[in-house]
Amino acid sequence: MPLLSVNNLSVSFHTRNGVTEAVKDVSFSLSKGETLGIVGESGSGKSVSCYSIMGLIPQPPGRIESGQAMLDNIDLLKCNEKTQLDIRGNKVAMIFQDPMTCLNPYIRVGEQLIEPLTYHKNVSRIVAKQRAIELLKEVGIRDPEANFDAWPHEFSGGMRQRVMIAMALIAEPELLIADEPTTALDVTIQKQILELVADIQKRRNIAVIFISHDLAVVKGLADRIMVMKSGEIVEEGETNTVFNNPQHEYTKKLIAAIPTGAKKASQVVDKSLVQVDNLVVEFTTDQGRFRAIDEVSFDVKKGEILGLVGESGSGKSTIGRSLLQLVSASGKATFDGISLLDKSAKEFLPLRRRMQMIFQDPYASLNPRMNVFDTLAEPLKVHGIASGEGLVEAVFALMDDVGLDRKFARKYPHEFSGGQRQRIAIGRAIATKPDFIVADEPVSALDVTIQKQILELIESLVKKHNLSMLFISHDLAVVRRICDRVIVLKHGVLVERGHVNEVWSSPQHQYTQSLLNATPDAIA
Amino acid sequence: MGKFIFYRVLQAIPVLWIVVTITFFLVRFAPGGPFDAEKSVPPVVKAALEAQYNLDQPLISQYFSYMGDLLQGDLGPTFKYPGRSVNELIATGFPVTAELGLYAILVALVIGGIAGIVAALKPNSTQDYVSMSIAMIGICMPTFLLGPLLVLVFGIWLEWLPVSGWGDLPGDKILPSITLGAMYAAYVARLSRGGMMEVMSQDYIRTARAKGLPNYMVVLKHGLRGGILPVVSYLGPAFAGILSGSFVIETVFQIHGLGRFYVQAAFNRDYTLILGCTVFLAGLIILFNLLSDVVAAYLNPRLRSEVGSK
Repeated sequence: MPLLSVNNLSVSFHTRNGVTEAVKDVSFSLSKGETLGIVGESGSGKSVSCYSIMGLIPQPPGRIESGQAMLDNIDLLKCNEKTQLDIRGNKVAMIFQDPMTCLNPYIRVGEQLIEPLTYHKNVSRIVAKQRAIELLKEVGIRDPEANFDAWPHEFSGGMRQRVMIAMALIAEPELLIADEPTTALDVTIQKQILELVADIQKRRNIAVIFISHDLAVVKGLADRIMVMKSGEIVEEGETNTVFNNPQHEYTKKLIAAIPTGAKKASQVVDKSLVQVDNLVVEFTTDQGRFRAIDEVSFDVKKGEILGLVGESGSGKSTIGRSLLQLVSASGKATFDGISLLDKSAKEFLPLRRRMQMIFQDPYASLNPRMNVFDTLAEPLKVHGIASGEGLVEAVFALMDDVGLDRKFARKYPHEFSGGQRQRIAIGRAIATKPDFIVADEPVSALDVTIQKQILELIESLVKKHNLSMLFISHDLAVVRRICDRVIVLKHGVLVERGHVNEVWSSPQHQYTQSLLNATPDAIA
Repeated sequence: MGKFIFYRVLQAIPVLWIVVTITFFLVRFAPGGPFDAEKSVPPVVKAALEAQYNLDQPLISQYFSYMGDLLQGDLGPTFKYPGRSVNELIATGFPVTAELGLYAILVALVIGGIAGIVAALKPNSTQDYVSMSIAMIGICMPTFLLGPLLVLVFGIWLEWLPVSGWGDLPGDKILPSITLGAMYAAYVARLSRGGMMEVMSQDYIRTARAKGLPNYMVVLKHGLRGGILPVVSYLGPAFAGILSGSFVIETVFQIHGLGRFYVQAAFNRDYTLILGCTVFLAGLIILFNLLSDVVAAYLNPRLRSEVGSK
């Protein structure tokens, strides 16, 4: 008998703009000790179906139209609120995508951790604390006694996700729902968290529903995979069967979207456009001066995409920003023979036209009060590239370039999906016809399928406009797919450099090896 | 935290000095003087009086002698209450005003806080619209209108509560406190509604719900702390407004607090009393702003560790 069986679940959202069917007639079941992977892109209904079972979708506007979700002979969709509260966090627990925002910043970690125990099981605080400390140790938090009283902001993202996992496990649930638990994390941390989930699943023999947009992540973990698209299940089966013999077009597309292979050799002129020598960036903190970038030297050749790889906090974004004078740095850096670091803001202005930047989060980097036309027209006007009649034509040409329909010109950022927004951001960056672009994690916030499209777009634009690019990423698979050469940064120091294929096949530094091992493809 | 407070107190010194200096010269340049009453005083008497209070000396030396006294905590004699010092008058008036202000703040926090939270829990519902409409009326209605209105209804028609006084009859403190607190209750309601709505849409509220906590625990334990932060930051300025605004209430309800002395002093050109009240209130306002900053920092762990390490 399955632990959970969901039958004919349909969920819709009733808003002013009409009714959206988010989940259409979805049925699946899960046995004790089994791991089910639900895969699909944003908006496919994979999260909504699980949140509905948990009673976590806001109603209204959400409405469960029909269906049944049986857990231990209780229909989760029809039981009264008290029963539902009793199951939530107790028999069924959840972990979420972004550990940075999922812990209450105003309550100490330990207090949040023991809540399910003290509330559901009537355990005394002393016993609960004991239990919590054991669990913190189990999920790999060092010095759990001291960290019990820490505040969430004192923890890194990976540690917070460990706390979230401990919090989900503390009441010993039978089912754990993990909603994109590693999407916001670096590859190395992602690997640790995935291993932790797999380990705990085995040791406690609990059932796990693992939701992700990334098939590669789910591959090593799930017994069965269920692929969702537009609210419907398009394919379901054993993990290996789905991978080796995908039936549905969409599944094939998802598998193809996993970044694999290396870039084909491109025509790079052996002439440096950007030359960086002994770059140093220091920040002053309460603890004193802190060297974020320590004597880093590299060059970017004309027409080349140079990958810059490292984990969060390694200083990779700082390098990109210091080249564009968004952070002050010392050392030497030249662009087309022009010295960069000693320029005043005013002297730097004409260079801005030739050096542009693409940021990670297309939700945050676009001005929500400017429509696409204004966003793209602004750099053209500021740098005197186009005006009047020519402006409209220039903006439309840009939109064609980045694959945005011209009819979207008057729409605002919030009306677009993440991928489309990143297209707008790329359009803004290439508007001034720059020679050099710093792309700071341009695809990290995107679903794999969208990621693939954006990578292809970047590649074609680089070729078409003969651009040079510094491509910053934590994801080696992506870097391998798009870059010519790569440099690896750890704690502000360059530890490895070389052609992508060389680094990939024979990494010299131990850190590079650990990064390579952490890419999801290698987990399976 | 100690250093943070120390620097804030240090900042207060130039602020107070500027307030005193500006007020000192401002009241002196206002037409009239303390002894220009309706019935004229013989010039000889007036000159004698002015000599007694050092008013015959050059303005700048008066300023320096006032500042000298001020540094020793002496606010000087009053002109209109013979034989009594400004310090004495503040000591009699302030406890009444402070008590009134404290009750008004409590009214503001309790009524405003509850209304705001209730509204935030169901945005755009009837309960939201009703409490926010009442809050809007509260903000728009001046206290000199609300006071007599409440007196009319509860004091005269219903005869539930005394119409004036402070501490003379049972229940006579209720109407002044509500009248003074009403406007601030309305602001608090709007601030706490905004704060709570912001917090209740956060991911960590979803986490709390996913733990199976009942709604009241989600709201009170996980939501409230972040949600009332804007209110806490507002309390400093609110207390300042209540102290300086209480003279209207004190007039309407015949209460002998600091506010009435202050206003009377302005009419009477009672230079030292005006200055004394101004310095005293300015000091209090600075103190309460500091207090609300400290409490806000205490409620926000991230700020607390930042402030704590400075």
